[in-house]
Amino acid sequence: MLAAATLALIVTVALALARAALGPTVFDRLQAVNTIGTCAMLLLAVMGFLNGRPDFLDLALVYGLLNIIGVIAVLRFLRQGDLGAPGVPRR
Amino acid sequence: MARSVLFLAVLYAFWLLLSGMYTPFLMGAGAGCAVGVLLLARRMDLIDREGFPVHLAWRTPFSYWPWLVKEILKSGWDVARRILDPRLPISPTLIEIRPSQQTDLGLAIHANSITLTPGTITVEVGPGRLLVHALTREGAAGLAGSEMDRRCAELERP
Amino acid sequence: MSTLLGLLSGISLLIGAFFCVVGAIGLLRMPDVYTRMQAASVIETLGAGFILLGLLLHAGLSLAAVKLLMIALLIFFASPTASHALARSALLRGVKPALADGEEGPSKP
Repeated sequence: MLAAATLALIVTVALALARAALGPTVFDRLQAVNTIGTCAMLLLAVMGFLNGRPDFLDLALVYGLLNIIGVIAVLRFLRQGDLGAPGVPRR
Repeated sequence: MARSVLFLAVLYAFWLLLSGMYTPFLMGAGAGCAVGVLLLARRMDLIDREGFPVHLAWRTPFSYWPWLVKEILKSGWDVARRILDPRLPISPTLIEIRPSQQTDLGLAIHANSITLTPGTITVEVGPGRLLVHALTREGAAGLAGSEMDRRCAELERP
Repeated sequence: MSTLLGLLSGISLLIGAFFCVVGAIGLLRMPDVYTRMQAASVIETLGAGFILLGLLLHAGLSLAAVKLLMIALLIFFASPTASHALARSALLRGVKPALADGEEGPSKP
């Protein structure tokens, strides 16, 4: 079951990666990044148990913290800088 | 003051649970870090009823959380069914609701609960006003004057 | 007893895996940013919740279980904040939500 969950999480990451590549706005990509971060966190936890090394949970915790801080930091940067301008579609 | 002591205890317990190794050096380092974080938090004026709402800690896990988990399960299943439906039966709606909470803490709990429930996202929060994006019209209609609103207002009472 | 726990843990892991994949499919199928966020929140609540529950049953009473609970709390407190920040800045940036026909702007209750 652990292996099945690992496989499903990898599929989820692949689909989210497709969304990150497709865009179209920068917010779609950020949402995909956020989802990939959550899945990476779960993947670390599941893989830790799969390999019999639950120490990986610490890494998962740190990854989760970095994930939320990263998303919020990019959003703040978007509001102030001009990083995201090409991502917003123009009509 | 009592709140600061409790905050310190929570921080130290967090360190001990994360570390799992109980040598004198690591336990001492944990105490040092806990005190350091406490000093920083006091300097930022974070330890008050709003920043460290410990009065909610022994009420919500037994009354509010189980109810919220039930709601998440219900609406999560609904959203999953809509995603898998080949016709994609969604009707996205933006709706403005007037929550009945008075304090910022109650408002934040309400807004976070709405966002946590799949199918609804709080887009903007202001005093006495929440702008919510809902995946379906029915979901949006269920928000105004909901049970969630009533329960969050109940949490505010001392 | 332990086989029962193992069975429950396996079922929970499978349910979580199912919701993760469903959420990712929604992430690809949905028409605009806001609806995609709704799909992604299925991953963050039900997917993560059931997988962590499965691991919790797998771990039993140990420090690993406490860490799993911390991860669950972190996800449940932090992910709505990230979603809200994302939705808010998308709206401020002028990304129009694709609303159901016949509706313009926020409807008053």
